[in-house]
Amino acid sequence: MLSTNRESPPPAAGRAAMKKELPDQFKDHRHVWVFIELERDQVHPVSFELLGEGRKLADKLGVQLAGVVLGPPGEATWFAIAEAFAYGADLAYLVEAPLLADYRNEPFTKALTDLVTNYKPEILLLGATTLGRDLAGSVATTLLTGLTADCTELDVDADGSLAATRPTFGGSLLCTIYTLNCRPQMATVRPRVMAMPPRGNNKIGRVIQHKVSMIEEEIVTKVLGFLSDGQSATANLAYADVVVAGGLGLGAVENVKLMKKLARTIGADYGCSRPLVQKGWMPADRQIGQTGKTIRPKLYIAAGISGAIQHRVGVEGADLILAINTDPNAPIFDFAHLGVVTDAIRLLPSLTELFTHRLSPHSRDKLAN
Amino acid sequence: MHIVICIKQVPDSAQIRVHPVTNTIMRQGVPTIINPYDLFALEEALQLRDRHGGEVTVLTMGPPMAEDALRKALTYGADRAVLLTDRHFAGSDTLATSFALSRAIAKIGEAFGTPDIVFTGKQTIDGDTAQVGPGIAKRLDLLQLTYVAKIVSVDINGREITVERRSEGGTQTLMSKLPCLITMLEGTNEIRRGSLDDALRAARSQIVKWNAADAGIEDLTKCGLRGSPTVVKRVFAPPERAEKAEQIDTAEKTPRDLAEELIAGIFLRQPALESELAFDGE
Repeated sequence: MLSTNRESPPPAAGRAAMKKELPDQFKDHRHVWVFIELERDQVHPVSFELLGEGRKLADKLGVQLAGVVLGPPGEATWFAIAEAFAYGADLAYLVEAPLLADYRNEPFTKALTDLVTNYKPEILLLGATTLGRDLAGSVATTLLTGLTADCTELDVDADGSLAATRPTFGGSLLCTIYTLNCRPQMATVRPRVMAMPPRGNNKIGRVIQHKVSMIEEEIVTKVLGFLSDGQSATANLAYADVVVAGGLGLGAVENVKLMKKLARTIGADYGCSRPLVQKGWMPADRQIGQTGKTIRPKLYIAAGISGAIQHRVGVEGADLILAINTDPNAPIFDFAHLGVVTDAIRLLPSLTELFTHRLSPHSRDKLAN
Repeated sequence: MHIVICIKQVPDSAQIRVHPVTNTIMRQGVPTIINPYDLFALEEALQLRDRHGGEVTVLTMGPPMAEDALRKALTYGADRAVLLTDRHFAGSDTLATSFALSRAIAKIGEAFGTPDIVFTGKQTIDGDTAQVGPGIAKRLDLLQLTYVAKIVSVDINGREITVERRSEGGTQTLMSKLPCLITMLEGTNEIRRGSLDDALRAARSQIVKWNAADAGIEDLTKCGLRGSPTVVKRVFAPPERAEKAEQIDTAEKTPRDLAEELIAGIFLRQPALESELAFDGE
């Protein structure tokens, strides 16, 4: 057990209202860090979304924005650094070691914790991915600091504290959370919650390299293999431009294919609301919403989905939401842009047919002429 | 083998009502359930016990009424239940929660045998943070295997465990050592219905009730609100969308008519989409 020499805070009643007086040991924590998630030579785009947010926070605070890269020696790791600069980082921290080739909790926790202890950021942001959540929880517990999960909004208040807003109770409520007298203030954000910032042509700036104080023999967990989802769309659902999803209104498992057929016709990805996963009609990684994926497509077609708050939080970033539901009072009509009160099972085949007609090369040529 | 599984009693999310004035969750009369993800972890724990022998201890931290969730877990077939309840835990964030639970797990180890595996669900449906599992692992210095989809093999004598872990875009196969902490994804396993014997045993079972002192917690400043570095400053309802959906009138229209109108409506609002939609003619 680690022990802290923190002052014990005043009684609970006045905590939220109390004037924040940061203990001396944290007063030299400065700058905003974004963890750049590199896995199997790929940078997860959530890292760039976070750099966009981190830039705003850093500018408000008048501090620097740093990207943190952990990875094996080689081109992919340096490419990740170049990308961090392209998306707005002022500097980068790098731990480069063969034992960071595949993600494992032990060496990544050690490397990131060491960096924080040495270079003292005031804010540390990570993507709320399987990797980011695995790592953030371990790092925050090691440092005994606050960690706010799945934030949907980040801001700094007048005294420079991070105000992290997140949904709770499945999205029924939002709460704004502060980390009072610990540093760094840590937060995770799900992919697609924040907009992708523009990519600049910034050159690589200062890279601070740090050695990892661990050897492979000390790491218990070994990676035996990795099976890629390959081109299966589940990996891309969050990043799809067009998404079609079905809910309980589809009525029966065989009607799921009506929804999939429409998706295929218009080159969309497909998903579902939670009840379909619970019924076993669709795999869990197709679930859209609070406990599933957040999407941000240009077009979202929701077929037979009632639009409970848990679903809403996952789709609100869509540019255009089209809802089909037999119940005129379904909550989805409160946040969709275009709605039709009808049975999705009857409408889907017609939609597929008419999209086919409208999008076929033949009719496109006709339109062009 | 000895397995400890942490569960949480949560409000049934489908029935949550928010007080319109105070923006607090109205728990009165809202049915509670065992966090659904915890049930997958419980099933996994029971299967391992059935295969390898030993015991499953189920642990929860919560108000006295959380005893109901424990009793339910006993009816599924868990061997022992521990309720960690103390008003000093009120207002715990994930760091304070992982502290209290880790101390209770250490105490369970002393009283009933050191656990080989600690299970949690991947996250709860009320807090949704997925942070308590990793927090417990770190505090107990356990190896951490999160988002586990499948336990491939456990070698009790060799102290080795192999699991499949979901990661972004694929599945990792990891080999690690016992003792470890596992957070379970929604499993492929059907959750069992406990036997009549289990139900009878659950009804007769004594639930072990511990307060902070019983769990060996001396430093109360690490618990509850005082032990929580994060503070909820403001709670509010999600803002309403300014405009409701524009409704397509359905009167006297065939599905074909409606589809036509919808497609026109889509391209009217998002003209650029027409050239972007990939056509996959069949």
